Amino acid sequence: MTNALDSAIPVACWSCHVAQNDVTLFCPHCSKIQPAAAGDFFQVFGLRRAFRIDPEELEREFHRLSRKLHPDRFARASEREREWSLADTALLNDAYRTLKDPLYRTEYLLKLEGAEIGEQHAGKNRQDPSRVPPDLLEEVFDLNLQLEEMREAKAAGEADPVLQANLKEAKTKFEGLVEAVDEELRRQWKVWDEGNAQAREPAKTAMVRLIDRRRYLSNLVRDVTETLGA
Amino acid sequence: MAETRVVGIDLGTTNSLVAYMEGDKPVVIPGVDGSNLVPSVVALDPIPANGNRPTVTVGNSARRALIETPERVIYSVKRLMGRGLEEVKSELELFPFRLAEDIEPGEVPRIQLGELRFTPPEISAYVLRQLKRNAERFFGAPVTQAVITVPAYFNDAQRQATKDAGRMAGLEVLRLVNEPTAAALAYGLDRGKEGTIAVYDLGGGTFDISILKLRDGIFEVQSTNGDTHLGGDDIDNLLVAIALDEIRSEHGVDLRAHPGAVQALRKVAIDAKVQLSAEPAARFDFELPNGDRYQREIPRSVFEQLIEPVLNRTVNPCKQAMADAGIVPEDIDEVVLVGGSTRIPAVRRLVDDLFHLAARGKKPHIELNPDEVVALGAAVQAGILAGASKTTEELLLLDVTPLSLGIEALGGVVAKIIQRNSTIPASATEHFTTGVDGQTNVAIHVLQGERELASDCRSLARFDLKGIPPMSAGLPRIEVKFLIDADGILRVSAREQRSGKAAQIEVKPTYGLTDEQVESMILDSFDHAEEDFARRLLIEARNEAESILSKVEQARANPAWDQLRGEEQASIEAASHRLMQMKEGDNTAAIRDATLALDRATQRLAELMMDAAVTEAIRGKTMASAAEELDEDVTAPHPMAPAEFK
Repeated sequence: MTNALDSAIPVACWSCHVAQNDVTLFCPHCSKIQPAAAGDFFQVFGLRRAFRIDPEELEREFHRLSRKLHPDRFARASEREREWSLADTALLNDAYRTLKDPLYRTEYLLKLEGAEIGEQHAGKNRQDPSRVPPDLLEEVFDLNLQLEEMREAKAAGEADPVLQANLKEAKTKFEGLVEAVDEELRRQWKVWDEGNAQAREPAKTAMVRLIDRRRYLSNLVRDVTETLGA
Repeated sequence: MAETRVVGIDLGTTNSLVAYMEGDKPVVIPGVDGSNLVPSVVALDPIPANGNRPTVTVGNSARRALIETPERVIYSVKRLMGRGLEEVKSELELFPFRLAEDIEPGEVPRIQLGELRFTPPEISAYVLRQLKRNAERFFGAPVTQAVITVPAYFNDAQRQATKDAGRMAGLEVLRLVNEPTAAALAYGLDRGKEGTIAVYDLGGGTFDISILKLRDGIFEVQSTNGDTHLGGDDIDNLLVAIALDEIRSEHGVDLRAHPGAVQALRKVAIDAKVQLSAEPAARFDFELPNGDRYQREIPRSVFEQLIEPVLNRTVNPCKQAMADAGIVPEDIDEVVLVGGSTRIPAVRRLVDDLFHLAARGKKPHIELNPDEVVALGAAVQAGILAGASKTTEELLLLDVTPLSLGIEALGGVVAKIIQRNSTIPASATEHFTTGVDGQTNVAIHVLQGERELASDCRSLARFDLKGIPPMSAGLPRIEVKFLIDADGILRVSAREQRSGKAAQIEVKPTYGLTDEQVESMILDSFDHAEEDFARRLLIEARNEAESILSKVEQARANPAWDQLRGEEQASIEAASHRLMQMKEGDNTAAIRDATLALDRATQRLAELMMDAAVTEAIRGKTMASAAEELDEDVTAPHPMAPAEFK
């Protein structure tokens, strides 16, 4: 697999004008840095699109490319090369940040594959009943009541050990649900990565739903943690 | 030309230092007085009798003026860098400086110093210029490029102000490096270690915590946090405030009306603080203007109680940094202490608690002088940028942006576009459109900070996208690219996608100087200009001499040398010898003359070498590649240095 930054060679090198078909980050003729070609984050790392990535290998490749591209390596180079180094490195960093995190990576690849993912902040509107996963309606309703009670108790400076214990229990339960989602996500990753176009479509749909559910759950957990800790 | 050196500068709240790479080791460059530390204090001398602009002094001599002419001295100016009027006002409540009157809103605040007024970057520029001079004296050569350190938690405006100060001092700032990261670099260099390290940096005015992962020579910052308003100054202020209160109640004297006396008291307080790091108690003994003595003993236990609230303010940033890095104290292999305030035993205990050190049989690293370690690290980064040494070749720093970047959305809410702790350079692309038919301008408000509401974040700049082709509302699609560069400073570019037109961007930084303002504040335009210029000429003349001498030395090995007649060789020898003698002296004109003489004596040698190079280059090569090499090689053995004197 070639990689977008390594293969960022235009028809001819800007510096020595030698046309080049081989893929390399620096012109093989005159060794000058080349501007980044447009590409997705997977191409930046020379990876085929997949939900499962070896984090060790990703880090090694990130370090290898950083060594070559970072603006520190071009502090005294020409203005043009410094600009390219800056743009190339920003792209590399953005790509690494997205791909190393399993959730960001999943959302990113789903979007690349044309799926519609809800807004980042959608979870904030938890109160909106249409967003609550149907199987959790009742529990979420109870939890919200308890959270409200807890906040009021805190504001009044009262300790309510029973409520505290209940919330802790709820937190553990919802954390368990998040883990279950992650488990299922990993299963769907495998299905998509190894499947043909026909197998991929239902996996994609399942993942979009799982991501939505996960975001909802982790916002709940965050709220409980904040209310308990504050 | 001798190779230009890149120096590393720690521009501190209390003290500043300059360092460089001596081979593969960073070394601090001392000042004329032999001291490594230059106090970050700037004083304005009295107006001379001839009515000229008064001289500015920096460092220890300026510090002495603090007590005699406090209204003409400024210190801790780092606390004011890149700050708006309101922030400076609240900051100044604790310091004896006065703001210049009649400052327009949105203008960079100026501090009144005697009869003149200066912006904070100008004051810092004086400190930087002193460091630059110290380095130039040390090398006997000009220094024009530097790496300057800033607190990791500095925001965009504070970083920009620091860069401006460098430019005013005649320094090209090749990189701003975060102080804790620099410290890690200084330590990492010695040990070639791998693992996770935390750098706890409590300096004179700022606190930073950074967590880094070291691997294969790559220093990857995982997270950073801090407080740009927390440091040793706060401890001094506490001690001074208590003493002032006690003096008023016990002796009926309000010293606040005597800035000189307050400064003297501050010095006594600082001495007591330093003493308390080593002794169980310290004595305050201070003579009041009325001849009374204020005497008091402070046991360490009382001191520690007093400063506990200050030190505790470092706890949350540390916890947040660990949470952001996704680690617990047990994951941290080493802790590095930086900054003079980490000498305080109570600080060490706090660090020990925070990172569970003693429990794991570990101790924090204090091997490198906490006052110098940041400057040493800056020198290492300077070496990396200069690409000069084997030691630094394998090293690379990957730093992060300390604060999230966002834009103001409808209802005054901040939409984050680059999260804090993102590795820099980092970028984000956003799309904007118009709300009214035919609208040709779109205003974007950029903010930095973690809060939800724009009013709670720091306003960075307002961008006005202009020249949007008139279209129905919602139709234009303006792509705006936000990029945080390797210095942690924001750059913005925009393009209207339907027309393909690059939108013009007008940037109005909320706090900051325009390019023209910075230009007008470049220091060497006044004050010592004459003397500096003479010195610069001497340094340049010596460099030219060095350069031509080394080229003549190389030319002796060239076949062209043997083609010279005996008397031609002899006259070159004589001219070389004379130049070697002259360049040891201080006579700029004599050095120039001797350089020109050697230049003339080597004219035919140059021609012979040029001929040989051309013949060599053309033989068996295409014209294009020969021309390319000529560009390199013909000039290289040419013994004529660019000896242009005006």
